[in-house]
Amino acid sequence: MKISVIITLKKDVLDPQGKVIHQTLEDMGFNDLNEVRQGKYFEIDSKESDPKKAKDKVEEMCKKLLTNLVIENYKIIDVQ
Amino acid sequence: MKSSVITFPGSNCDRDMDVALKKFGFKNKMVWHNDTELPKSDLVILPGGFSYGDYLRCGSMASKSKIMKSVINFANSGGMVMGVCNGFQILVETGLLPGALLRNKYLEFICKNLFIKINNKQNVYFKGIDKDVLEFHIAHNEGNYFCTKNQLKEIEDNEQVAISYCDKNGIIEDESNPNGSIKNIAGIFNKEKNILGMMPHPERMIDCSLSGEDGSLFFNNLINNLK
Repeated sequence: MKISVIITLKKDVLDPQGKVIHQTLEDMGFNDLNEVRQGKYFEIDSKESDPKKAKDKVEEMCKKLLTNLVIENYKIIDVQ
Repeated sequence: MKSSVITFPGSNCDRDMDVALKKFGFKNKMVWHNDTELPKSDLVILPGGFSYGDYLRCGSMASKSKIMKSVINFANSGGMVMGVCNGFQILVETGLLPGALLRNKYLEFICKNLFIKINNKQNVYFKGIDKDVLEFHIAHNEGNYFCTKNQLKEIEDNEQVAISYCDKNGIIEDESNPNGSIKNIAGIFNKEKNILGMMPHPERMIDCSLSGEDGSLFFNNLINNLK
């Protein structure tokens, strides 16, 4: 199974890189932006063939390593 | 007094720490991250550097390395563990200390001397130091201390804020906050005060011909407190 995960900073955590990207986009003429937040994307190719089990395993990975739950949220966006 | 400094792939302040500890009388051993057992130690140190290339999040990979199981057991049974810079990042990633260390607010790697105020001297790390303000050195890209409101309340209620960035007179204000840390926090303890994590490097302030000597004060005091 291939599982995709997106990890983003929580809302109240300052994202200075996102702010700089936002500023640069504005300087380039993209004036209609409210906010830009930067995150991480993982593609995990698992030997597990059962979608539910694969998803549960990735959820465990998110909790134990991929995410720091003090500052980040994770979202499993695709299992196929 | 016996100390152990853990070397992870990418640690680069481990030798400096070894030199500092030996200078002030510790019998120090260097311990490789792949080892599983800690030598008998009165103090375990996680040094600065860029363990595992800072991949994923600073300190996240190192926090899962083999030796850390022993370090966590040692800390949970009351053993003294100090993390400096990347070592502090590793300690928050293990969950031994609350919070997280984010990218510096102005996205710069900061490398300079600055002042820190000792907030709590009721612990083995700072008890007996006659100064309230020390000049230490920082060198980091991710030292912006963050925690949730609830965590901050708990940290403050339990007097876990060990040191804060301040000016040379000890005034804690925005101007002396180098990296955006909540409440100028530069270092924190766990509740029991046997674990200390801090961004500044005391081991870089131990030689009057190279730097100030406030690090000497710190290590001298520490070994005396441990005796």
